[in-house]
Amino acid sequence: MSATFNVRNVVVRGLLIALLLLPVYVGLSGDRFVLTLFTRIIILALAATSLNLIIGNGGMMSFGHAAYLGIGGYAVGILAREGIFNGFVQWPVALGASALFALIVGALSLRTRGVHFIMITLAFAQMAYYVIAGIARYGGDDGLTIYRRSQFVAPLDLSSKTQFYYLCLALLYASIYLIWRLVNSRFGMVIQGARSNDLRMRAIGYPTYRYKLVCFVIAGTLCGLAGVLLANYTEFVSPSIMYWTRSGDLIIMVVLGGMGSVLGPLIGAVALLVLEELLSNITEYWQIILGPLLLLVVLFARGGVDGLLVKSSAKVRS
Amino acid sequence: MTLLIEQCLNGLQFGLLLFLLAAGLTLVFGIMDLVNLAHGSLYMVGAYFAATFAAWTGSFVFGAVLALAATLVVGMTVEVIAMRRLYGRDHLDHVLGTFGLILFFDEAVRMIWGPVGISLPLPPWLNTSVQILPGFQYSAYRLAIIVVTLAAAAFLNVLVMHTRVGMLIRAGASNREMVGALGVNIKLLFTLVFGLGAALAGLAGLMQAPMLTAQIGMGENILILAFVITVIGGIGSIRGAFVAALFVGFVDTLGRAFFPDLMRLMLSKDAAATAAPALSSMLIYLLMAIVLVLRPEGLFPVNKR
Repeated sequence: MSATFNVRNVVVRGLLIALLLLPVYVGLSGDRFVLTLFTRIIILALAATSLNLIIGNGGMMSFGHAAYLGIGGYAVGILAREGIFNGFVQWPVALGASALFALIVGALSLRTRGVHFIMITLAFAQMAYYVIAGIARYGGDDGLTIYRRSQFVAPLDLSSKTQFYYLCLALLYASIYLIWRLVNSRFGMVIQGARSNDLRMRAIGYPTYRYKLVCFVIAGTLCGLAGVLLANYTEFVSPSIMYWTRSGDLIIMVVLGGMGSVLGPLIGAVALLVLEELLSNITEYWQIILGPLLLLVVLFARGGVDGLLVKSSAKVRS
Repeated sequence: MTLLIEQCLNGLQFGLLLFLLAAGLTLVFGIMDLVNLAHGSLYMVGAYFAATFAAWTGSFVFGAVLALAATLVVGMTVEVIAMRRLYGRDHLDHVLGTFGLILFFDEAVRMIWGPVGISLPLPPWLNTSVQILPGFQYSAYRLAIIVVTLAAAAFLNVLVMHTRVGMLIRAGASNREMVGALGVNIKLLFTLVFGLGAALAGLAGLMQAPMLTAQIGMGENILILAFVITVIGGIGSIRGAFVAALFVGFVDTLGRAFFPDLMRLMLSKDAAATAAPALSSMLIYLLMAIVLVLRPEGLFPVNKR
């Protein structure tokens, strides 16, 4: 993150600051809907950021990332259903469950590569989906209403919309910082080396399987955190939170924003969800515009929005 | 006993139907190296076309034939407009691009036919049951599906193994550049293969339509099953897809029919009632996970260059 003045840095920093100041704008204008919309965007951006760690940096194309959203969300939902609202219990349980699931899925899936990896992660996510959808006690297909958000100590109150927004934002920024540090550490170098040439990394003595597994678990746990937030945000969880199309949405955010760039998924999440919101205001059939638009991004804008920004920055400089 | 025979026939019928979808997927993957998530959309389009054309012409068979041709055309159009540009790209690009196509097709269907599913009524001669064994009746329509899909599978076998086009297809699967260098019009071949896959998906869709009305999103659930089959069978292998499709058809149908009873023998009634539906739906995914862990390339791996 160099401090050079160019289009990309201006846009990215502008976005980071605008998100910080959003509640001030809401307070002045009274437009509560924007706050709700952006809370959702930030939570999904957190999920996409975690996915980008494995897709963009690790080259592991997981197509089952929504499973961790579901596990994190359901951990909160199930504990709340059993009468435990304490966040200090709920959150560690949710993160632990996500990490455990990621460990199992990763340990098995990382034995395969390429399309097989895409498919096996998808299969595990679908398995989780059907298990959750089949448990009648926790709502089955209909989902589970959460009557109270996670309880923390006095000043922190999740039922305040502004506080909840800032909590999500703080967690997102912390995760982005964490991933940025991780990617640029020795660990991150090994992961990226394994993406470009796994055989060579092993030949010079790195047990890449273990490195990739740890990376996979970190991403799963962070996505579990997003699931916890999402469940608290909607005060409801249903199996659709982890349906495979949701995994597809997360991939879209990552690719739309720009793979491998740490801030790309945030840009992608904002771009996709704001675009959805705008298009759905224009026409009821907004997906008929969004679908081909995605195809065009794939065909003509490799590197996503962030890639375009970097390119235009290069033009300005020359 | 009759229940077991009936469920076995149902499993066979479902497996063969899945084979039609998986064959198209595996052909497209084996030859063009393309992950096509929009394959399920062609299945859906086939079902909607059949329902519409059957209503127009007043004949089920005539409607089905028209729908098949129309799906073929839609498939080839999609290939020429979009898919052609995705070959040689990263698999992630395929996933994203064809995901965009799913959104497009779902919404297009919603615009044209409305959000509510439409049904395809069966003609009286199919809407009966046939006596196969003494004292054992079976749905004539399901029997017809078995016959038609077996015929389609035989046709596919002859086409791929015993004709010149099939020879080119197989050659394209093992070495694309070389076939191109030998003066074969690769672009046309790819369009034809994609169209063939689309027509097979459309056939599966239109045959499924009378049993479970044509509806939006119908392709997405079954697409995942078809993917599971191609992965279990070994991506690119039609023979593997056939074996895996039957296997998955049987496991899924028999699992749903008998798993709850089996569970009841081992667990308490309440526990079985909650766990059984979930476990029987995840059975095939479990199967795929096991196959992939033991044989990461699938049951019938295709040797590539």
